[in-house]
Amino acid sequence: MSYIPVIGLEIHAELLTESKVFCTCSAEFGGDTNSRCCPVCTGMPGTLPVINQKAVQYAVKAGFALGCNINKFSVFDRKNYFYPDLPKAYQISQLERPLCIDGIVSIEAEGKTKDIRINRIHLEEDAGKLIHDDFNAVSLADYNRCGIPLIEIVTEPDIGSAEEAKAFVEKVSLLLQYAGVCDCKMEQGSLRCDVNISIMKPTDKELGTRAEIKNLNSLKSIVKAIEYEIKRQSKLLDAGERVIQETRRFNDNHGDTKSMRSKEDAHDYRYFPEPDILQVNFTDEMLDDIKATLPELPYKRLERYINEYKLSEVDAKILINQKIVSDFYDNALKVYNNPSSIANFIIVELLRRVNLGEIDLEKLSFTPEQFANLIEMADTEKISKNDAKAVFRTLVETGKNPEDIAKEQGLLIVNDLSKVDEVISQVLKDNQKIVDQYIGGDVKVVGFLMGQCTKSLKGVCTPKVIKEVLENKLKSL
Amino acid sequence: MDITQLKIHELRKMLDEKEISSVELTNEYLKKIDCFDEKIQSFITVTKEFALENAKNAQSLIDSKNADPLCGIPIAIKDNICTENIKTTCSSKILENFIPTYNATVINKLKNENFVLMGKVSLDEFAMGGSTQTSAFAKTKNPFDLSKVPGGSSGGSAACVSAGFCAASLGSDTGGSIRQPAAFCGVTGLKPTYGRVSRYGLVAFASSLDQIGPIARSAHDCGTILNAIAGWDTMDGTSSKENTMDFTSKIGQDIKSMKIAVPKEFFAEGIDEEIRNTVLKSVEFYKSLGAEIIECSMPSLKYAISAYYLISSAEASSNLSRFDGIKYGYRSTQGDNYNELIINSRSEGFGMEVKRRILLGNYALSSGYYDAYYGKALALKQKIIAEYNEIFKTCDVIITPTTPSTAFGIDENISDPVKMYQADICTVTVNIASLPAISTTCGYDKNGMPIGMSIIGKKFDEATIIQVADAFEKQFNAISPNLA
Repeated sequence: MSYIPVIGLEIHAELLTESKVFCTCSAEFGGDTNSRCCPVCTGMPGTLPVINQKAVQYAVKAGFALGCNINKFSVFDRKNYFYPDLPKAYQISQLERPLCIDGIVSIEAEGKTKDIRINRIHLEEDAGKLIHDDFNAVSLADYNRCGIPLIEIVTEPDIGSAEEAKAFVEKVSLLLQYAGVCDCKMEQGSLRCDVNISIMKPTDKELGTRAEIKNLNSLKSIVKAIEYEIKRQSKLLDAGERVIQETRRFNDNHGDTKSMRSKEDAHDYRYFPEPDILQVNFTDEMLDDIKATLPELPYKRLERYINEYKLSEVDAKILINQKIVSDFYDNALKVYNNPSSIANFIIVELLRRVNLGEIDLEKLSFTPEQFANLIEMADTEKISKNDAKAVFRTLVETGKNPEDIAKEQGLLIVNDLSKVDEVISQVLKDNQKIVDQYIGGDVKVVGFLMGQCTKSLKGVCTPKVIKEVLENKLKSL
Repeated sequence: MDITQLKIHELRKMLDEKEISSVELTNEYLKKIDCFDEKIQSFITVTKEFALENAKNAQSLIDSKNADPLCGIPIAIKDNICTENIKTTCSSKILENFIPTYNATVINKLKNENFVLMGKVSLDEFAMGGSTQTSAFAKTKNPFDLSKVPGGSSGGSAACVSAGFCAASLGSDTGGSIRQPAAFCGVTGLKPTYGRVSRYGLVAFASSLDQIGPIARSAHDCGTILNAIAGWDTMDGTSSKENTMDFTSKIGQDIKSMKIAVPKEFFAEGIDEEIRNTVLKSVEFYKSLGAEIIECSMPSLKYAISAYYLISSAEASSNLSRFDGIKYGYRSTQGDNYNELIINSRSEGFGMEVKRRILLGNYALSSGYYDAYYGKALALKQKIIAEYNEIFKTCDVIITPTTPSTAFGIDENISDPVKMYQADICTVTVNIASLPAISTTCGYDKNGMPIGMSIIGKKFDEATIIQVADAFEKQFNAISPNLA
């Protein structure tokens, strides 16, 4: 039988604040183990958390980017549980009054657009990391990640397939990146995802029993886990069995999910209001101020690219879909304002090389300014379109200025008209027979003469000039 | 003259006028500790060398006439306030060898005035109790009668001042833990407004109620110490940005036309006859100064103990979860995995009373019970706040007994926790409502045990309760305990 999957996501995104959420330790990724922690984030006796206002602002910004309403007063709560990566034995989180509620994110999947409702976004602290050393039979704790600000984005169960889930995560990543609050690097764990999934018959009135799959850290595993879970639950129901409410773990190597704990074993987190942190109150002005710091979001940029720059929707989307590419594009335009030409070169040349793995967008050896200069040179015929590609290759490798590269490689067109005149006259002289054919009425031979001239005048002027001079000379014969 | 029973402002004068040096003064106290603390057991750690070094440094500032009010004054610190490189045990086995790498903010503030750190004094384990008999290290005795408790939880802080082991001390007050032992030991204890003093470095018992405050020989001395430790702190998000002031500045001002409230529930059944009469006599004294006495009511008082024990235990259950034997403190030698290890460490490391409150708190917060217990307690908190607000609409201060009885016998209540909890009836509402209150001695019972009266003030109005307490102290003949 075919079932309808009902999926809700919880996305954890680390905020890009400089310091941690309740102390002044660096929140940067990495570092030597336990080099970025202090008495506060390691929960030493007597220490107190003090909220990082920047983290609150970033969470609110994320809320605005995801179309949420912001709670004018918001409360932090303690979520109590024992785990060695959680030194206070409670996580400061939000339960009853999260910062943001009731958002909407529209996605495109399987050829359709769909609105996914956001239930809430709340701010909380990340836990540390455990390193299991099986050889020495010990587990070691690294608290560098402890206290890094996280937002948890919780959707309504509006997602109907693995594809939609993927599209949603991609869209949310994009929005968070544009808002400048998260770098959304799933491979570094700055964006992680829990999936709640149940299935139901089309005729069912009530939702099925759900399973929660924890800690998915790539788009691929999100898709695989959902697909596996739909199959697993369908098989159970087909066989007349029941799905039980439980938390499951996805195994990347096997592509399956395994039970972690059932509902009966679920933690009672004994939430209560965090007494060490006063409630957060916003005035309209404060919220307006935060909103004003929100950069242009992708859909706004898309409008700009299509309406102002007259790009095709397809091209505009290609640029928008990676913030780093779109930023690069905007910066290049500041130097050379030819939207279609730059867009074209980015899509055809730059992204092609990115896809081939020749270029890492995060570690570019050249600037958008240099890139724009190169395209301007091609457009103003300082180099030929074809040579522009060669110059670009060198630009990627060396980061030298395009004009210097073109000069070094002898590709720069100088338009020395006296030289042109001289060379063309010489070509005509050397090919008297062909010229005679032309005079005799065989105009097709112009092509051959043009070729000869171009060869001799490589780097001296553009083909357009050659053609002009050649034609004038032939006419005057 | 017994120098160890002098008040801070008297010592200040002697120090500044070179009648005594800070080192000599410190040695006087050390000598007394040597002689008598074996009996009293107020100190867990005497920081003798450190104290003498502090005193030497302070003396050079005194010599160059750069002395702040607490420069060279020996002060003891409750052992739940973190001191850098000095063991901070909370009177618990689970922290028996815990040495913080940081100072509490109050310690840094006292250091700014170059105080002399005499040592760390005993308390009920994790400040839970009113007898100091749940301490794992020093079950302090009352200097007035060694068969009696000094009160608690700041029993060490009160006893060491009463006995003349130091000029003053810091305690912490979650439900009366400064005022009740001050009353039992015949000294003055001030619980400041919640947020007035930074809690950074105070090992948390109940975060929404805890507050650090001074215990000393006079309200004036308490004000001098509050002057040093009060103020907003970037390390404590609940500390207040309310302006600080000279909290002794109202001392000596006229009490006439002041309106003093006397809530009848605080003088009802359950309060010892002698205490009721003695406190009411003190109220008469204020009347004789021209104060207007207004009888009022606090109907919710009968629910206060329940609300207090639910809120404080709930917060404590969470605050004490971090003690798992993994990162610091006591670790059991038994246990093959993480869960067994923390279960054994906590079972062996915590005492009975602490375990009782952890259980109570966890129960109150459990899903399905939250609304019935913790939720109700929070509602009561709002009601108690409202009732205080109502009284303070027309009155300046409130006077109540500090305790329903004077110091009880050692182990007298220990087997009956509910009876023990009931003894906090006069003090807990002040913490629930975040108010400041000061307890000062207003008499002695027939056995010579001190009786305390509490003056409760409006939020951030410590200056007025210090003024009111001082007016009484000036005409009251306080007795020092006879240790010999």
